[in-house]
Amino acid sequence: MNETYSAVASFAQTWGLLYFMILFAIVVAYVLWPRNRKKFDDAAQIPFRED
Amino acid sequence: MVLPLLAPCMESKDWGAEMAQKKTNLVSLEEGGFALFLVLLAFACIIVAGKTFDQVMAFHAGIGALFAAVGVFLIFKNYFDDGGQVIPQEIDGKPNYNIGPVKFGAVAAMFWGVAGFTVGLIIALQLAFPALNFDLPWTNFGRLRPLHTSAVIFAFGGNVLLATSMYVVQRTSRVRMPGKILPWFVILGYNAFIVIAGTGYLLGATQSKEYAEPEWYADLWLTIVWVFYLLLFMGTLWKRKEPHIYVANWFYLAFIVTIAMLHITNNLTIPVSIYSTKSYIVWSGVQDAMVQWWYGHNAVGFFLTAGFLAIMYYFIPKRAERPVYSYRLSIVHFWALIFIYIWAGPHHLHYTALPQWASTLGATFSIILWMPSWGGMINGLMTLSGAWDKLRTDPVLRMMVVSVAFYGMSTFEGPLMSLRAVNSLSHYTDWTIGHVHSGALGWVGYISFGALYCLIPWLWNKKRLYSLKLVDWHFWLSTIGIVLYITSMWVSGIMQGLMWRAYDQLGFLEYSFVETVEAMHPFYIIRALGGALFLAGALIMAYNLWMTVRHGEAEEADTTAAGSLAPAE
Repeated sequence: MNETYSAVASFAQTWGLLYFMILFAIVVAYVLWPRNRKKFDDAAQIPFRED
Repeated sequence: MVLPLLAPCMESKDWGAEMAQKKTNLVSLEEGGFALFLVLLAFACIIVAGKTFDQVMAFHAGIGALFAAVGVFLIFKNYFDDGGQVIPQEIDGKPNYNIGPVKFGAVAAMFWGVAGFTVGLIIALQLAFPALNFDLPWTNFGRLRPLHTSAVIFAFGGNVLLATSMYVVQRTSRVRMPGKILPWFVILGYNAFIVIAGTGYLLGATQSKEYAEPEWYADLWLTIVWVFYLLLFMGTLWKRKEPHIYVANWFYLAFIVTIAMLHITNNLTIPVSIYSTKSYIVWSGVQDAMVQWWYGHNAVGFFLTAGFLAIMYYFIPKRAERPVYSYRLSIVHFWALIFIYIWAGPHHLHYTALPQWASTLGATFSIILWMPSWGGMINGLMTLSGAWDKLRTDPVLRMMVVSVAFYGMSTFEGPLMSLRAVNSLSHYTDWTIGHVHSGALGWVGYISFGALYCLIPWLWNKKRLYSLKLVDWHFWLSTIGIVLYITSMWVSGIMQGLMWRAYDQLGFLEYSFVETVEAMHPFYIIRALGGALFLAGALIMAYNLWMTVRHGEAEEADTTAAGSLAPAE
């Protein structure tokens, strides 16, 4: 039982951490990517564009 | 751009005219499918009602049969009324938005809101004056309390979310919702669930799990409705004319998907018999407790937060007439919030049989939640930058901004209370009740009121609300009410916690339990007063909205301006 716990815990503490960090880095990169700027500025106007 | 959009619309119009002439339209697959399903359901309900030994089950199966029969009647009445016409997707090149179900949801929200706040006031008074239990099983605190929480969260909040999500996803996708029966099935089916759940509490049918009280058959029904809701929402996104999915829709989608997952996992029960209201959960012991609070906290995170953040991201920009402060921040806000919230549940189970590492994990993620929560709050508030003067003149916008401020406040307080040291004082005391209500009355309540104040004139094509003066009254009455509520609960809760842990020199407990109850009496009265003010505000709102629909000035300027080039019909 204890071994299962420590195995799961060490997995979560290493790979889990890495997984979240990479995912977050991808989101931030996507958001800050200069080429996407226009797309997001445009998307912010969607509520005003409707008929 | 206009011509290709018009083409399919004209086609469908021709179809409609041709069909109306022949009057031999067949029932569509959708109409027939729903009708058949409801007929079968009605028969199943009648059989259960006839054979059951459980009176509550007999009552609920009877209601179920009635609702299903009414549903079949409505489907065929609608079919014979319009001759099975195909509804045009667009009219004059503009999307033919489906607002009927949205209107129903908005009215239902106001109705359930007033009902839920009233029950809240009653149970607040019961705590101060226990005689108000009336010594009747149906009106005791234990049964009315879940009636109150479900009425305000699921009936009021749920209808606000259903109505606004149907409105926002259509508008920001610039397309009509799919289906003729489907949207009505979702909104009416959801309200049928509310009726079954609410009457069940009064009659004593409950799973005894906080915010998941409805018994197995109500849960099953909600699951069906919810899957159709997901299909409806995704179907609208699928048809969208706008290439980008606006951020509000992301939040709505996260709300729908996550609630489905939570609801199913926390309600994996096995009924004692198909004729019985009673069921048992498949989880046992501390695992059951963990699943329950994984559900419970994410009901806060995805129902009361993600769903209402979607409202914030659409209605505040619309009302302030300026785009959201940072669209990029809204994307980070979204992904950070949904990835972090899902882990915070274990903080409800400090000092229990739950392993300490799990409760530490819950507290850690709760602290991390400060970041996305405050990022979202700043994004909402800063949307007004350069337009702060509107707060002075527009009480609806003021309500929504104060709502976001309350969001910031309660999401600051929550992580603090999730820490073990603080929780050892706050847990099981009124502090928790105060915390919940600063989020529920302040954040969820105010953003919903703001959304309804915007939505009702839009839906009924009115220029403006009947009276902004009354909105002002609503705002100040309920703000004073909230302040009275949460301050009295802070004082009462901290006092209660300190009295529980007070020892005398000999190591005995200094106070008996009943002494703490007696000490809380004045604060219970202040809290009830706060609740009464909040209810009074909601009644003013209901009157204001009613007068807007009945006597509001019709919106004309817009149609004449837009249609000035086309001849009037």
